[in-house]
Amino acid sequence: MSDWTWVVPLPVVIPLFSAGLTLALYRRPRVQPVVSVTALALVLAASLVLLFQADNGPLVVDVGGWAAPVGINLVADRLSSLMLTISSAVTLCVLLYSLAQGRDDDEESAPVSIYHPTFLVLAAGVANAFLSGDLFNIYVGFEILLAASFVLITLGGTRDRIRAGTIYVVVALLSSVLFLVALAAIYAATGTVNLAQLSLRLPHIDPDVRLTLQVLLLLAFAVKAAVFPLSAWLPDSYPTAPAPVTAVFAGLLTKVGVYAIIRTQTLLFPGGQLDDVLMWAALATMVVGILGAVAQDDIKRLLSFTLVSHIGYMIFGIALSTEAGWTAAVYYVAHHITVQTALFLVVGLVERVGGSTSLTRLGGLAKIAPVLAILFFVPAMNLAGIPPLSGFLGKLGLLQAGVDAGTPLAYVLVVGSVVTSLLTLYALVKAWNKAFWQSPADTPRRAHLPFGMVGPTAALVLVGLTLTFAAGPLYAYTERAANAFTLRTTYIHAVLPDGERGEGESADVTEERAEEQPDEQPDEPATTGEHP
Amino acid sequence: MTPNVTLVIAIGVLFAAGVYLLLERSLSRVLIGVVLLGNGANLLFLVAGGRAGRPPIVGAADEGQMSDPLPQAMVLTAIVITLGMTAFLLAMAYRSWQLQRHDEVQDDVEDRRIARLAAIDERAVTDADTEATAQSLDEEAEEARDETDEGVVQP
Repeated sequence: MSDWTWVVPLPVVIPLFSAGLTLALYRRPRVQPVVSVTALALVLAASLVLLFQADNGPLVVDVGGWAAPVGINLVADRLSSLMLTISSAVTLCVLLYSLAQGRDDDEESAPVSIYHPTFLVLAAGVANAFLSGDLFNIYVGFEILLAASFVLITLGGTRDRIRAGTIYVVVALLSSVLFLVALAAIYAATGTVNLAQLSLRLPHIDPDVRLTLQVLLLLAFAVKAAVFPLSAWLPDSYPTAPAPVTAVFAGLLTKVGVYAIIRTQTLLFPGGQLDDVLMWAALATMVVGILGAVAQDDIKRLLSFTLVSHIGYMIFGIALSTEAGWTAAVYYVAHHITVQTALFLVVGLVERVGGSTSLTRLGGLAKIAPVLAILFFVPAMNLAGIPPLSGFLGKLGLLQAGVDAGTPLAYVLVVGSVVTSLLTLYALVKAWNKAFWQSPADTPRRAHLPFGMVGPTAALVLVGLTLTFAAGPLYAYTERAANAFTLRTTYIHAVLPDGERGEGESADVTEERAEEQPDEQPDEPATTGEHP
Repeated sequence: MTPNVTLVIAIGVLFAAGVYLLLERSLSRVLIGVVLLGNGANLLFLVAGGRAGRPPIVGAADEGQMSDPLPQAMVLTAIVITLGMTAFLLAMAYRSWQLQRHDEVQDDVEDRRIARLAAIDERAVTDADTEATAQSLDEEAEEARDETDEGVVQP
């Protein structure tokens, strides 16, 4: 165990405490931003520490001092830390952007007093879902972030947002119920919800039961990750929210679902019984999503559809069940979070300058706001996968992994990926031409772009470019993460030392025994020690 | 493990009623559906936790007779979460009623747009359903309530 384990709970604890603090300071709109920005900056710092420390092996914290498998634990391994680092960088940028937007105009999309606490709770929920080493705690993390996202998607309670929110809320609640049913079934079959212990016990139960559990979990996560046939809710609900909110949703929420799929597929259900099904789902997600994007004439809706379609790439990588596939999938998730969020922020700026997001009304923005044109062009090309950007590297990794797998289905997916890439390019170039180069239908509203909004957007675009420059070390990192997926023992050993059976008792008891009764059996029922 | 049949039947009824209500258009019915579904899932979790037994307090009974405390703790958590979500849904239904004097889930913008495009086309579909009213499906779709144009404050 390293000395850095105390950092593991911070990404969850800091935002939650700050959320309470900002709620208490709801009459002090000048202090609130200071608190929330500081909190998210601290979370980013903590995530970076975890990113480097987790490379030496997973860091495990037993919450409340109860050892696994009885207690809940937080585990920061390479995958969790990478997700956490990217997501906290993204949330920080979006928060700064929304602050500048709120300063610049007092629309109803401006941060009201409830915005800061909710945003921080969202960050805490995402961090909790990423770090949790316990399926039920993942469920709790999901619910925390969903509750926050409900509030954010219906900010202001206007007619359109209620309409969009209705769909979103009901679908989210339904997927939560599915997840709960899956949890109940898993507990009935194995008697535990601890991920490490599950991965030890699941191989010993009836294979048909195991398959049922896998399908239940995958269904619940596929709704959250917007995998086609369960993705229809997303393009209807995301675009109506304020730009920063849509950006953070598009970047993070679906990826939490993807993360959960990666985690459960690699740790709990290795061997890939459902890989063919996932492959077809990935193909359908890519193709149907991108065809939807091609048909749109509103940039926000177009981007929502590209978001759905690119989830397909990640599912493709997961479904390959090879180290190369997993490596590429994890890298692709990191790339996609930054790029998709950056694009939505840029569209928020486009809406401010052009007064609309409809491609038929926009035009001539390249003359008015050349900086904006560059800011849109770089992540758009990155999303489409133009070399040498990170999107190209991620897609190339996936294609290589697909060709290496060599099954006919994998080849079909490789062709599907390339076609989807080209169609993404077509859709984005169409948007770029219409918004920035065609002669405008009506005069643009204003060309004033506050630096506070351009800055964070540019920062995110730069983060996307950093993924390109740092592709070597990052790819090596995801490779090591994927290698840990195949081994699985490092994770299990970190959570359950003591011969793969956790102690399952309170830290107080362990200490007392060490002091008083050094010869007692370690498998008696755990009690909280009575202090003499 | 032999689960209690009464509870299993109750779970089935809760789920069936919950799903039926979720498919309604009125938000308050959807809300009740969500509550029933949530309760069904919680009950399922309790049944999944094994048979009933003595209270899980150390020293009150021997371990073999205790019921499993973990699912009970989890169900408590799930109940609280369901309560919060229900409260939010209720607020949303009320807000919807404030805005338009009904709490029905509105037609989707995209669907309306497609229906309007279809109505521009010729009569494409006539079948037994439409012959009674002598209307094509597209015309009927066009007449369906459309909130996209009326009463929406254009930004």
